[in-house]
Amino acid sequence: MSTAMVDLRDVHKSFGSLEVLRGVDLRVARGEVTVILGPSGSGKSTLLRTVNHLEKVDSGSVRVDGELVGYRQSGDKLYELREREILRQRTRIGFVFQSFNLFPHLTALENVVEAPVSAQRRPKEEVRELALRLLDRVGLSEKKDAYPRQLSGGQQQRVAIARALALEPKVILFDEPTSALDPELVGEVLDVVKDLARSGTTMIVVTHEIGFAREVADTVVFMDDGRVVEQGPPSQVLDSPRHERTRAFLSKVL
Amino acid sequence: MNRPAVKAPADETPAVRTETLEGPGGHAGDAAPAHALKVVTTKHPGRWAAAAVVGVLLAMAASALITNPAWDWDVVGEYLFAPSVLHAVLFTLQLTALGIGIGFLLGTVLAIMRLSRNPLLSSVAWGYVALFRSIPLILQLLFWYNLALLYQRISFGVPFGPSFFDIGTMDLISPVTAAVLGLGLHQAAYCSEIVRAGLLSVDPGQREAAAALGIPWRRQLFKIVLPQAMRSIVPTAGNEIIGLVKGTSVVYIMALPELFYQIQVIYSRNGRVIALLLVATVWYLLITSVLSVAQYYVERHYAKGRK
Repeated sequence: MSTAMVDLRDVHKSFGSLEVLRGVDLRVARGEVTVILGPSGSGKSTLLRTVNHLEKVDSGSVRVDGELVGYRQSGDKLYELREREILRQRTRIGFVFQSFNLFPHLTALENVVEAPVSAQRRPKEEVRELALRLLDRVGLSEKKDAYPRQLSGGQQQRVAIARALALEPKVILFDEPTSALDPELVGEVLDVVKDLARSGTTMIVVTHEIGFAREVADTVVFMDDGRVVEQGPPSQVLDSPRHERTRAFLSKVL
Repeated sequence: MNRPAVKAPADETPAVRTETLEGPGGHAGDAAPAHALKVVTTKHPGRWAAAAVVGVLLAMAASALITNPAWDWDVVGEYLFAPSVLHAVLFTLQLTALGIGIGFLLGTVLAIMRLSRNPLLSSVAWGYVALFRSIPLILQLLFWYNLALLYQRISFGVPFGPSFFDIGTMDLISPVTAAVLGLGLHQAAYCSEIVRAGLLSVDPGQREAAAALGIPWRRQLFKIVLPQAMRSIVPTAGNEIIGLVKGTSVVYIMALPELFYQIQVIYSRNGRVIALLLVATVWYLLITSVLSVAQYYVERHYAKGRK
């Protein structure tokens, strides 16, 4: 049994007749940063969403820290878990959305406090202090009482990262965290993500920021057409790709 | 007015141009440069005339209301706070509250059923709305009122199994119960659509983010989605409530002493038709005005974070 924090095996997923994932294997070691690159429509966001069961897989297995996600194995069958069980598993898997999805009727602080209190039933005072520390860590302690609409895109995404961190997850999934941002705001969000990477958080990041991948990733995965085309350390995949499709993609984005 | 005799060449400086304008004609007077002049706003004679017409019409209406003794203002004053009228107002308010309460409770359940992935749940909710929106309220009220003609006794027990006790329909469904049931069930069909529209107006990303954070299902609905849905629910719900305040008047056909029925009883006794219609008008006006003000504050509450 591997010690991988995230372990995907032969994952298949179709939307109607469109096969989006055609047998994906992916292992992410504890404390490592994996960056997934690939053209749009290559299935990378769908893959990320299978890791916390926002998308059900059609076949294949998804494990986080050794535990099957969304299913329970009994004999030779997999039984889908009840909603409540899946929600419990998700509290250990952070997710940061491209469009932030902060709760607009709650302040920055309330956004961060909500899930640890309602999903993990931790005491409110303790969570509040943790939330203040996390907002400080992403550089927004002064904005704790601001509503999302009063924040810039970059600030909203940093609150969203603090919100994911508050659950103290084993792994954090980033789904194109800077794609909805104005160019001048990308840097402040990537700085926060880099800081997390250096502190040893296990992360999977779907992004188009090649520079970020080169600087932060332990492993770069290149996906195309629902399959992993190649993977390896950034120096290998980005500088001397073995596969023609990887080369074609990189020549377009670099 | 004469135009200046000499037109200043384009490349001349303003100072020189002013000199030219001050020339022999003298119409421009001792004009200062434009940026130092006093601004005179445009007059709107048409607007003034329209306002004058409306003002005269208002005065005529007021005079018609005050000077014509047939309005019976003293009788209006006499009956406005008469105990029988106050009781009727209270009963109207109770009917409205019960109708809206049942309406939104059942309506919210129906809206959630309608959005369910279970086809039976969603089609039953759809069918309910289709049915109850199609039947005129007055007709439905008469159905409930006459339910005893269909079923003499109503029994409670295991479905299709033994019955624990039964009760005569006439005893269970009094005219008041029939009115409340009719109003509530009718209202539920409309409320369900209002709540459903509200739920659909919330970005699906909100539900997804809450699910990704592991927030329990019920909390997702009541803490994350519904408060945001309220922004579009409240204005239409306000309409419904105000509509129902006046809508309760249809239960007069069941001879229930709500406001409209009560004033009919009074004027059939004393013949002061207009004065008593005015009493009802004043009360309906007052209740809906209070509700409109309340709606303003409720809307402001749910606008949090949306400045």
